[in-house]
Amino acid sequence: MKGMSIIVKKVAQLIAGFVFLYGIYIIAHGHLTPGGGFAGGALLAGAYILSILAYGSDYLKLKEEQTESSLSESISILLILMLAVAGMLMGIKVFFNNFLPKGTIGELISAGAIPLYNIFIGIEVASALLTIFLALIIYKEEIEE
Amino acid sequence: MDSLIPLFVIIPLATAFLIPIIGKLTIYFAKTITPVVLLILCFYSITLLLSNSKETYIVGGWQPVEDIPIGIYLVLDSFSILILCIISIIGFLVSFYSFEYISYYTSENNFYALFCLMIAGMNGVVLSGDIFNLFVFLEISVIASYALVAFGVGKNELEASFKYQVLGNIASFLILLSISLLYWQTKTLNIADISEVLQTSDDSAFLKFTQVLLISGFGLKAAIIPFHAWIPDAHSSAPSPVSAMLSGVLIKAVGVYVIIRLFFNMFVFTHEIAMVITVLGTLSMIIGALLAINQSDIKRLLAYSSISQIGYIIIGFGIGMVVLSKGGKVSIAVLAIAGALFHMVNHAVFKGLLFLCAGAVEYRTNTRDMGQLGGLAENMPITSTSSLGASLSISGIPPFNGFFSKLIIIIAAVQARFYLVAFLAVVVSIITLAYFLKFQKRVFYGVNKNYKNVKEVPFAMSFSMIVLVVLCLGLSILVIPSIRELILDPAVNTLINMDQYINQVIQY
Repeated sequence: MKGMSIIVKKVAQLIAGFVFLYGIYIIAHGHLTPGGGFAGGALLAGAYILSILAYGSDYLKLKEEQTESSLSESISILLILMLAVAGMLMGIKVFFNNFLPKGTIGELISAGAIPLYNIFIGIEVASALLTIFLALIIYKEEIEE
Repeated sequence: MDSLIPLFVIIPLATAFLIPIIGKLTIYFAKTITPVVLLILCFYSITLLLSNSKETYIVGGWQPVEDIPIGIYLVLDSFSILILCIISIIGFLVSFYSFEYISYYTSENNFYALFCLMIAGMNGVVLSGDIFNLFVFLEISVIASYALVAFGVGKNELEASFKYQVLGNIASFLILLSISLLYWQTKTLNIADISEVLQTSDDSAFLKFTQVLLISGFGLKAAIIPFHAWIPDAHSSAPSPVSAMLSGVLIKAVGVYVIIRLFFNMFVFTHEIAMVITVLGTLSMIIGALLAINQSDIKRLLAYSSISQIGYIIIGFGIGMVVLSKGGKVSIAVLAIAGALFHMVNHAVFKGLLFLCAGAVEYRTNTRDMGQLGGLAENMPITSTSSLGASLSISGIPPFNGFFSKLIIIIAAVQARFYLVAFLAVVVSIITLAYFLKFQKRVFYGVNKNYKNVKEVPFAMSFSMIVLVVLCLGLSILVIPSIRELILDPAVNTLINMDQYINQVIQY
């Protein structure tokens, strides 16, 4: 797949960074404001997809990208599971127990383990959406060949 | 809280996501870890079954507020532990069988990862005490099974998987609609809590609508007759171990189990609903058997026979519901429900075994067409003997387990004065014998035309088949009263005493 015109490339270059930052903002404030791991993760994947669409797939080694993104997907799910299982070992010993100190309501670092869950869910969703997108592109390119 | 029930979900889920990471290094990781993990779950579930434990687990430690449950509950009682046992035992044997069988295909890691994901989903459905999480786990297991059906990525496989996805999504939509209606009406999602609220409400039109939606949704997953269109394609196109899982376990864990759990422990069932369930069961039993006679593809025949056998199970539960709703003798209802549970266990074993045998035949001969096969008994003695055992068991020949469970259901039907149903059950049993004799004659006996040089299947495959055929004979002991009291009767009691389930959850 070839890239698009220079205008699209430049605009995508400028915007992708902001989209990525906004995704991180949504994830980090998941326990305070609307949105969270899923919405922020979708934005993160959007930033990648935007630049891939603008620059075309010739710039990237798609298969390697896909292996890496599916790897990070599996790892982040395992991390979520490990956090949840860690709850079984600490405090009142229940699955999904929120064992970290809760902090003050409304501050960025509060709500115990929930921001951590949000971060891992964000990585998971971003890499899953990216994997799906890459799988579709690779499939299309293989058909054209 | 030192209970370890969440392990039933955690372990398969963790395995499913470890496989893509570590499986990259060595191919044998996935092959060995899956049976090992399922064997551990097997032992754990059997200890729970024998110790007859009842547990309620509050995920995240969210204690109830004013006796109203607010968190996610995992509920373990005698009924769910029985299903958990079936899932882990069949799952273990099937994954062991796949050790050789799946080497046929590329990307074995994906197979094992999806397989573990499916097991995690089914365990979650069975354990969940909360109707929305039940839906989430149901989607996990069913979506994994869509991918597993399409695992061969040929034309037929993709078509079957697409059909299955379309019908499965319609079912999921109906289920989600009924869940949201229930939430709208009762303002809660916990099964026990919903049941308490519904006992005081008298909006019968709403209740009937929700119940019909639930029966159609879960009926589609359980492949009861008007909703059966996906099952022949999906079961015949999937790789054989997957068909064994789908037919032996999945349609029970996400279909029959949920219908029974919701109608016995959540709704106060009426006479009409009980009759609807019995009639659907009878229809599935007859039509499934009639459709099976004329099939020439081994796995299609087995798939139609699954519909027919699920009919028997549904009839058992239906008769129990009718007797209870009319206020008849409880002993008859207990007999009918125990028969249905017994048949559910048996069907998982012999239908799993039959699909594994079909897989063994396909593994060596590359065909499923009964017209081309014949006379394999000489070359494949283990496959032939075990499939003979399973065929006799499914058609109800003593002393195999199928005979006793069918006998109990028929006796219960006669006692409840369902003479027509009892008669039809006997007739269908004879039809079943007919088409399984045809299966035996066309595949294992008769003249061997094309396949004179085939060999017996390798050890991993024959081991699973031998264990299952021993189970076919061994499960007959469930009919002995003292063993029945230990295993089946507690499950029946949890079903017919609605308060027992509610008390277990609410007053925890």
